[in-house]
Amino acid sequence: MQPSNALNYDYTVAKYFMFTTIIFGIVGMGIGTLIAFQMAYPDLNYLAGEYGTFSRLRPLHTNGVIYGFMLSGIFATWYYIGQRVLKVSMSESKFLMFIGKLHFWLYVLVIALAVVTLFAGVSTSKEYAELEWPIDIIVVVVWVLWGVSIFGLIGIRREKTLYISLWYYIATFLGVAMLYLFNNMEVPTRLVSGMGSWIHSVSMYAGTNDALVQWWFGHNAVAFVFTVAIIAQIYYFLPKESGQPIFSYKLSLFSFWGLMFVYLWAGGHHLIYSTVPDWMQTMGSIFSIVLILPSWGSAINMLLTMKGEWGQLRDNPLIKFMVLASTFYMFSTLEGPILSIKSVNALAHFTDWIPGHVHDGTLGWVGFMTMAALYHMTPRVFKRELYSKSLMEAQFWIQTTGIVLYFASMWIAGITQGMMWRATDEYGNLAYSFIDTVTVLIPYYWIRAIGGLLYLIGFFMFAYNIMKSISSSKPIDREPVSASPMAA
Amino acid sequence: MFSWLEKNPFFFAVFVFIFIAYAGVVEILPDFADRARPVEHKKPYTVLQLAGRHVYISDSCNACHSQLIRPFKSETDRYGMYSVSGEFAYDRPFLWGSKRTGPDLARIGNYRSVDWHENHMKDPVSVVPGSIMPAYAHMFNKNADIETAYAEAVTVKKVFNVPYDMEGMPKLGSWEEAQAEVRAEAEAIVSQMKDQDVKDAFARGEIRQIVALIAYLNSLK
Repeated sequence: MQPSNALNYDYTVAKYFMFTTIIFGIVGMGIGTLIAFQMAYPDLNYLAGEYGTFSRLRPLHTNGVIYGFMLSGIFATWYYIGQRVLKVSMSESKFLMFIGKLHFWLYVLVIALAVVTLFAGVSTSKEYAELEWPIDIIVVVVWVLWGVSIFGLIGIRREKTLYISLWYYIATFLGVAMLYLFNNMEVPTRLVSGMGSWIHSVSMYAGTNDALVQWWFGHNAVAFVFTVAIIAQIYYFLPKESGQPIFSYKLSLFSFWGLMFVYLWAGGHHLIYSTVPDWMQTMGSIFSIVLILPSWGSAINMLLTMKGEWGQLRDNPLIKFMVLASTFYMFSTLEGPILSIKSVNALAHFTDWIPGHVHDGTLGWVGFMTMAALYHMTPRVFKRELYSKSLMEAQFWIQTTGIVLYFASMWIAGITQGMMWRATDEYGNLAYSFIDTVTVLIPYYWIRAIGGLLYLIGFFMFAYNIMKSISSSKPIDREPVSASPMAA
Repeated sequence: MFSWLEKNPFFFAVFVFIFIAYAGVVEILPDFADRARPVEHKKPYTVLQLAGRHVYISDSCNACHSQLIRPFKSETDRYGMYSVSGEFAYDRPFLWGSKRTGPDLARIGNYRSVDWHENHMKDPVSVVPGSIMPAYAHMFNKNADIETAYAEAVTVKKVFNVPYDMEGMPKLGSWEEAQAEVRAEAEAIVSQMKDQDVKDAFARGEIRQIVALIAYLNSLK
C-alpha cells in the first residue's frame, strides 16, 4: 500500500454514508428492540395507534437495518476502499464525484419514502422487498448509480489488478441487481385498469412460482448484502488494521468463486416441505450444506491472517471486533446448513430459531464488521484519533453478551415451540393447543429483548465514540500505517 | 485464468454474472412451465375478498401467520389438509409467511366464524386468552379500498387471464355491477357482526376494512 500522502483521497461521499450508517443503525435497531419487547409485553403495541403495532414496525425494522444501516455501511466502505485499492481519488473526476453525491441523495430519498410508505401500510408483502413499484424504480436508479461509480472508478484506475475486496463489491452489485429486478416484477394496477390507487401493484408471479422467486431473492439478497459485501470489507480492513498479509491467495480464489457458484442454489431451503417440487427442496438442502466450504474458506482465511499475531487481540479492540465477526460468520454458516437438513427444518421452520439464526449472523458478523470498518475509517477520514479505547472495549463486551442472550434464547424458544407443535399424547392426539406454545415462550422473549437492548446500548456507545472522535479528539498529522490510533 | 480475470474487469464482471445466474436458470425456470394451474373448484378472489387481502397485507398479518400447511400429521391434525400447489394459483403475491408467531391460517375459513374474527381483531385476548397479538381497532373505522381491489381484479383478468366472469366463477362486470356484488357480499357479513359503527357505516354505503378482511379470511379453506 502506498503511504497516505501520495494521493489525496476524497472522502466526501464516504463521510455522508458513514453518518447515515450510524443514524439508520440507531433507528433500525431501536425499532428492532421495541418490537422484541412488544412480543414479550404486547401492551407496547399501542404507543402510536395503528402505526405502532408489531406488524407495521416489523418491515420497518428489517428494511431499516438491511437497507438503511448495512447498505449504508457497504456504500461508506466502498467510497473509502474503492479509491484506495484502485489508487485514484474521487476528486480527479468531477463526473464520478457528481455520481457519488447523486447516489447518496437519491438513496436518502428512497429510505425516506420507504419509512413513510411502510408506516402507512403500503407494502407488497414480499419479505425484504416490501416497497411498492414507484420506489422500486428509484431503487434501481440508485443501484445503477452505484454501478457507474464502481465501474467508473475501475475505468480510471492506476492499479492494474483488482484487489479481492473489489471482486466482492462487483459481485454484490451484479447479484443484487439481478435478484431485485426479477423479484420485483409487478404490474401497476392503475396503469392497466385506469382505476384505484396509483401506488398499488400486483406480482407478475402467482402462488408457488411467486414463492420460488421470492426466496431465491430473499435468501440471496441476504447473501449479497450480508455476506458478499461484508467479506469485501473484512478482506480490506483486517489486513490493514493488523498489518498482516492475507493468509492465502488461493484460498480467497477458491472461496470467492465457490461462493458465487453455490450460493444462489441455497434459496430453496426456505421452501422445504412447501409445494415447490421435491427435487428443488432437495437441491436447496444439499447446496446449503456444500455452502459451508466456501463460507468457511473465507472465514478461515481471515482467522489465519492473524496467525502468530494473536497478541493483537489483547491490545486492539478493533481486531477483536473483526475476529469475533469472522467467528460468528463461521458459526452462522454452519447453523444455516444444519437448519437446511430436512428433518431439522421440519422442526425449526416457522419457529423463533430462524430469527435467532438471522440475528447471530447480522448482529455478530455484519454489525461487528460494519462498526469495526467505521472505527478504522474514522482516524483516516477525519484525521483524528479514536476517542476512547476503554469505551470500545466496554461496547465489545456489552454487545457480545447481547448477541449470546439473543441467539441462546431463540434457540431454546424455537426448539421448544417446534417440539410442542408436534407433541402428541398417549392416544395420538395433539398435546398442546397453539396458544400453549405461545405463552410458554414469553420468558425467552424477555431474554431476547434484553439481549437486543444490550446490543442497542453498545451501538449508542459506538455512535458516541465516533462523534467524540470527530469533534474533540486529538488531531493526527500522518496517517497510521496499520493499527488505528486511539486514546485510552 | 482467474488471475487474468482480475486484470480485466469487464470479463471479470461477465464471469461473475454467469456464475451467479446459472442457478436461477436451472432452478426457477422449469417450475414456470407447469406449476400455475389451479386445483379443481378453485375460484379467484371476489373484489371484497381482494380488498380484505390488501388489508391483510397492509397490516403484515403474514409476518406472524403462515398460510402453508406442511405434510405432517401434527399439522394436518391441527389445521386440516396439507397445502398443494394448485391452491395458490390465484395468489399474487403468495402469502405463505416465514414465521408462526400465531397459528397457520390456510384453512381458517373452515373453523372460525364472522363474530369470532370480529372479536379477535377488536380484542384478541377476549377469544384467545394469553394471545400476544395486538388489537386492530383501526380496521373498524377505516374504509376498505374497494376501487383498488376492483382495479386489481381487472388487471389480473386482462394480464394473466384470471377467469373472472366465466361460468361458475366470480362475477366482475362493470364498476357499478362490481359495487353491487361487493355490497351484497358485505351485507351477509355485516349482518352477523355486532359493532354498531360498522353497521351504521354500511347503512351509509361505506364498507369498513374489517368487513373485507373477514370476507377474505372466510375464503381461506
